[in-house]
Order: sequence, then structure tokens, then C-alpha cells
Amino acid sequence: METKNIMIVGVGGQGSLLASKLLGHLLMEQGYDVKVSEVHGMSQRGGSVVTYVRYGDRVCSPVIDRGEADCIVSFELLEAARWLSYLKPDGQIVTSVQQIDPMPVITGAAQYPENLVEKMRAAGAKVDAMDCLALAEEAGSAKAVNLVLLGRLSHYFDLPEEAWQEAIQACVPPKFLALNQKAFALGKNA
Amino acid sequence: MKQLMLGNAAVARGLYEAGCRVVSSYPGTPSTEITEEAVKYDEIYCEWAPNEKVAMETAFGASLAGSRSFCGMKHVGLNVAADPLYTMSYTGVNAGLVVGVADDAGMHSSQNEQDSRRHAVAAKVPMLEPSDSAEALAFTKLAYELSEEFDTPVLLKMCTRVSHSQALVDTQERVEPAPKPYEKNIAKYVMMPGNAIRRHPVVEERTRKLIAWSETAPINRLEPGEDHSMGILTASTSYQYVKEVCGDRFPVLKLGMAWPLPEKLIRDFAASVDRLVVVEELDGFLEEHCRMLGLNPLGKEVFPLTGEFSQNLVAEKLGLPVHSGRTLEDAIPPRPPVMCAGCPHRGLFYTLNKNKCTVMGDIGCYTLGAVAPLSAMDMTLCMGASVSGIHGFNKALGAESEHRTVAVIGDSTFMHSGMTGLANIAYNQSNSTVVILDNSITGMTGHQQNPTTGYNIKGDPAGKIDLEALCRAMGFRRVRVVDPYDLKECDTAVKEELAADEPSVIISRRPCVLLKHVKLKPPLAVDTAKCIGCKSCMKIGCPAISMREGKAHVDNTLCVGCGVCEQLCPTDAFASTEQEG
Repeated sequence: METKNIMIVGVGGQGSLLASKLLGHLLMEQGYDVKVSEVHGMSQRGGSVVTYVRYGDRVCSPVIDRGEADCIVSFELLEAARWLSYLKPDGQIVTSVQQIDPMPVITGAAQYPENLVEKMRAAGAKVDAMDCLALAEEAGSAKAVNLVLLGRLSHYFDLPEEAWQEAIQACVPPKFLALNQKAFALGKNA
Repeated sequence: MKQLMLGNAAVARGLYEAGCRVVSSYPGTPSTEITEEAVKYDEIYCEWAPNEKVAMETAFGASLAGSRSFCGMKHVGLNVAADPLYTMSYTGVNAGLVVGVADDAGMHSSQNEQDSRRHAVAAKVPMLEPSDSAEALAFTKLAYELSEEFDTPVLLKMCTRVSHSQALVDTQERVEPAPKPYEKNIAKYVMMPGNAIRRHPVVEERTRKLIAWSETAPINRLEPGEDHSMGILTASTSYQYVKEVCGDRFPVLKLGMAWPLPEKLIRDFAASVDRLVVVEELDGFLEEHCRMLGLNPLGKEVFPLTGEFSQNLVAEKLGLPVHSGRTLEDAIPPRPPVMCAGCPHRGLFYTLNKNKCTVMGDIGCYTLGAVAPLSAMDMTLCMGASVSGIHGFNKALGAESEHRTVAVIGDSTFMHSGMTGLANIAYNQSNSTVVILDNSITGMTGHQQNPTTGYNIKGDPAGKIDLEALCRAMGFRRVRVVDPYDLKECDTAVKEELAADEPSVIISRRPCVLLKHVKLKPPLAVDTAKCIGCKSCMKIGCPAISMREGKAHVDNTLCVGCGVCEQLCPTDAFASTEQEG
């Protein structure tokens, strides 16, 4: 099988590390060769962060390059737009519509572009956009956006529900399991 | 059992399986998780040392005593530890000693992108270079065998993409190595001239033996390909990009040992292909070696000396098809890292900016004090340079700078190499003002304990160095502690200490807001009727505050109620919200 590429993008501190850990576990359990590449350190301090998840028969490079991503999962709208050039021609974007102003926008040095979902669609990308923050809060915590997004992402995978549930159980602390399961379900059924 | 494992965790697993018993490291991205994972194995004693030199000397002591030992650091940390490394090359080891060093091509979290392979050559010690997690584990174990067989410390060179990528590994059980009791050997271990003169030829002979070993070592692997128009010499993560792009089309010589390099193997490989191509990140290190062998490879003539590689870059430079993607017409504003909402450093940097101070900076989260709108930093070089640098700056300019220049350094960085600079200020008498930003943790690398926190790597109570007492013991009479959330207190302290005619230390003390034990306050909200849109609160660069329709707006998912913005508001428009934070 040709290697499949998923990018998880967002703002440092939004919880992308749990999402990539869960995806990695899920795909390994399905018998794929898997590589997950993260960036730690300074970029985590509110900067733009990206995680690469790759799986297939044999995965060499740990990173995804321009024009290669089958799916971009985004915690924040501007970040989805930032990484758009990494999407394959027929790739899918799954994004939260949350907007977090970066410092250049806060200081007035730059503008947050308007109507990004429409513009990405106009550029030919398939975009599945939803208010993940509201759904996470409905599940019980604003921090559960990652599971809402994964729930949505599960639409675009041909994997059994039990496999996702097993991965959630394996990667989430028991104390937060019910909350995260609810967030996943809300994302999936939204 | 197959597991998906971070490269750094795989090194830790390798330490465990190899029977390593002592690990002493200083945190530094991208190396930190090696030690954070190693501490999870009860069989390994682990600690955070105050700096990399101390860590390496600790590991050396443990090796001498008969325990397989390890120290881990980032590339620039190896500069700090270069002193022991270069002479450990002469003494050799008793039990195996492995030094993990992680390079950061692309500078995701570093102040330079030096190539650590240069240290292996200069110190004359072997260096292994894994290209994924499975090799990280296997090479760590091999490094111990080489260390003991060839009587040398061994460098294990990681890089960001190997350290911070998860890949599949097969784990095995731990094997306890045979005991190696300490035996007194003055001629081998006491490096004074008379002894060292006899050890240097041993080192040169060892390198010759290692070259012979490398000619047939399985980690230097020839991978056949049908198309001999090109043969690719590569290593580390560059190997992965080459295989991603070319598959098994061209022959590849994949080197697992970065130093010393095989001569015959490389010559034979070059002779078997039409054109030798070297694909390596950062310096043209393998390429230079090829040229010394009289070969003329294609290398840095086309491949960059800076930044990280990727599959598209390798494809483009090899003249193969490159993927491309679509873009929007809109400019996408950059999102640089910023100090977190509620970061205790913010109030202090606001004060320094307001007082138009010249600021000698240092390495840590607080380097972000250089970013607009705070812009309160003039220099950042390396660990500890703020304290030494201000002394030189003030010696050069005298009173002209003494009353407006400060050095800022974090608690962990101060322990690492700020103390010696402070001793210089005390001894050679410059009227310098040093601010220790004590957030009670090593922040940037993800919350490691240090000698001032009172806890060890496991979070258990440990020795605690009293910063005030330490500074006073060095002879500083003016030592004061401020709360960086209190802008008035910070302003008074900075003004008074700069005005004073003697050196002083200000300790800006408040724990990192991301620490789990720190109690957050409910977020603030803006009373839009009171807000006059003057943007006074925007001067602190808080990511939680923005302007919406001419009024200040607080993002309640980010605000932790620190109250710094409140103190700047002329109309008292900020108020605490009642909901739980």
C-alpha cells in the first residue's frame, strides 16, 4: 500500500501531541508501518505547531512535504490555511473554526484573513469545518478539542469503531476517559 | 514486542537493555526525553546535573567505578562538555560510557545549527548515527560494546527528526553486563603530561583499529540498486529522505558510523557507480572525507549547508519529480512563539522596556522577551553569557551603561553557568545589575527540576540551593526579591538597583504558570463601557488580549487572571469573572 499522510496542525499548547499519539497507536495496531514526527521545545510556546503521521507498508521519511498530505487536521483556521500547500490535490481538510490571533495580528502588524473556509474551498480543497470548541465544551472540557477532531477524522478512515475506541482507552488517562469518549462521539456525529 | 517509540525513548530503552546503571544529563531540546524516559526504569539511576560538563564528568566517574553510564545533551551542550570529552578520549573508560548528543538542523529550539560530527573528529572518539528509532535502540547497545572493546567513550549522534519521531521498535530484555571492578591505574587515568604523552599514541592506534572495524561493520550498509548512473552516500535522517524519493532505484551506501569513516568501503562504492552523490544535512562532512580520498562527489555544490532537508528538497536536487500544492492569495500572518498568558517573565520585561534598559539576555523561555512589543533584549549568545556579558559591557562603558543595563537569566541557566559570571562581577568589581528570573523550574525544555527547586528528577525532595544566600556569600550586599506580577514593585526595584553604586541582584520570583501545582485565577473580562481603547494593555504582548471593534477583549480560554494588564488600565476596565478558572 502507498504511504498515507496525515498532518495535525494548530497552536502550541492545543493538545496535538495526544492526537498524534492516539493516531499512531491506532495505526500500529492495524499492522501498518508507522512514523510520527513532532516538534517539542520553543515552538510549543503559542507558536505554529505541526505533527506528521505517516503509515503504510514501509514508511521512510518521518515528515510530510508540500503536496503530499491526504488529510490535514487543524485545531485553528489560520493554521489550516498556513499548511494548505501541503495538501494533495484530492486531499481533505478537517478543521475547527476556532480563530486565535497570532501576535502580529494582536499588535496590528498583520490582518487575520477573512472567510478562510470559503477561500480554501475556492482553491479546490475539500474542507470539513466545524465548531470543535463548542462541542468539546459540551463534552465537558475545552481541552477535548483533539478528540472532537479525531471523531470527525474517523469519517475519512475505513477503520472499525472498536479500533478507535481501543486506541482512546490506551492513550487517555482513565480519569478523563468518559469525557474523551463523549468528545469523540460528538465530533463523529456532528 | 513491537512498539511505536520516540527516538529518544528508544535510546533510553537501549540504555536499559544494555545494562546502563548511571545517567547524568542536562536538559536541552531535542535531547531531553532520553533522560526523562530513562528515569522510568528503576534499574537506572538518573539525575539532572547543573550543566553538561558536570553531567559528563559524573558519567565518567561512574564508568571508572565499573557501571555502564550515559550522559545526554543537545549539540551546544557538547561544547560545554568538550573539556572532559577530549581528555576522556585519552583515558578511555572502565565500564562502557556513551554520550548522547542531539543536533537541531533547522533550529527548532536552538541558537545555532552546529554539526556535532566535528566534535567526534576533534576529540578522536567514535560516533554512531542512527536514522530512526529502531536504530537508536540498537546503536545505543552497540555503542556500549564498542566503548568497552575499544576502550573509548562513544558518541551517539541524534538529530531533531530522529529524536522526535516515533517509529516501530522491537524491544528485548535487559542484560546485566559482567562486573568491571575499579582498579587503580595512574598511568591510564591521571592525565598529567608524562602520562598523557603515552596515551595519545594509544588514541591514534585506536582510530586505526576503528577504521578497520568500520570497513566491514554491518551498520555501514550497502544497499543495491539497478540504476548505477548515481550512487548515494548518506546517513541519519537524510538516508530516510533518499529512500522515500528513490526507493531502491540507485545503490546507497548508508553509514551508521559517522566517525571514523571507512576508506576502502567508500572508494569501492564510488568505483561501482557513474557519479558519487553525498546527501547529508548541515556540513559537507562526508563529502570532505571523500575529497581526502581523492574522490569528486556531488554534494554541497547543490545541497544546502543550512536548515533541514525533506523529500521534496532531495528530489529537487537529484533532478527527480517534486510534489507541489496550492496556496491562497491572502498573506498568512506568521505565528511565532510567544510568552504564555500569565507568564511571570512578562511583568519584569515590561518594566525593563518601560525603563529603556539595555538588556543582556540568556537562553530560556525568557529569550521571548526580545519579541515585540516587549522588545526588551539586546543580546543572547549562550548559556550564562548574560552575566559575563554585562560585566564586559559595563567595564567598557563605565557609568554610562552601569545605570541602565541589566542582565536577565533564568534559575536553571544561572545554575548551569551564570554563577561563574556572577563570581567575576563580585571579584573584578563591575557595578552590574543581574536579574535572576526564578520561575522555579527549567521551563523551555518542558519542566525539569534543577538545584534551586528542591526536587530531583523523580520529583522527590532533594537539596535546594538558596539563591539569596548564594549571592550574598559571593559578596553581593544588595539582593532583593520581587513579584513580577506586581509592576510597581518591579519598577521600584529596577530603578533603585540601577541607581545604586554597587552591584546588585534582583530575584524575580514566581513559578511558571504551566506548573500543575500553580493555582490559576479566574479569567478577567473587559467592561466595554469603561474601556476607552487606549491600548495600554496591549503593551505587554499578552496572547489573551486583542482589540475587537476598538475595545480590548480578553480570550477567556487563555487568560489565567494574572492581573498584569489590570495594572496598566487607566479606567479600571478589567474585572475578574466569577466563574471558576
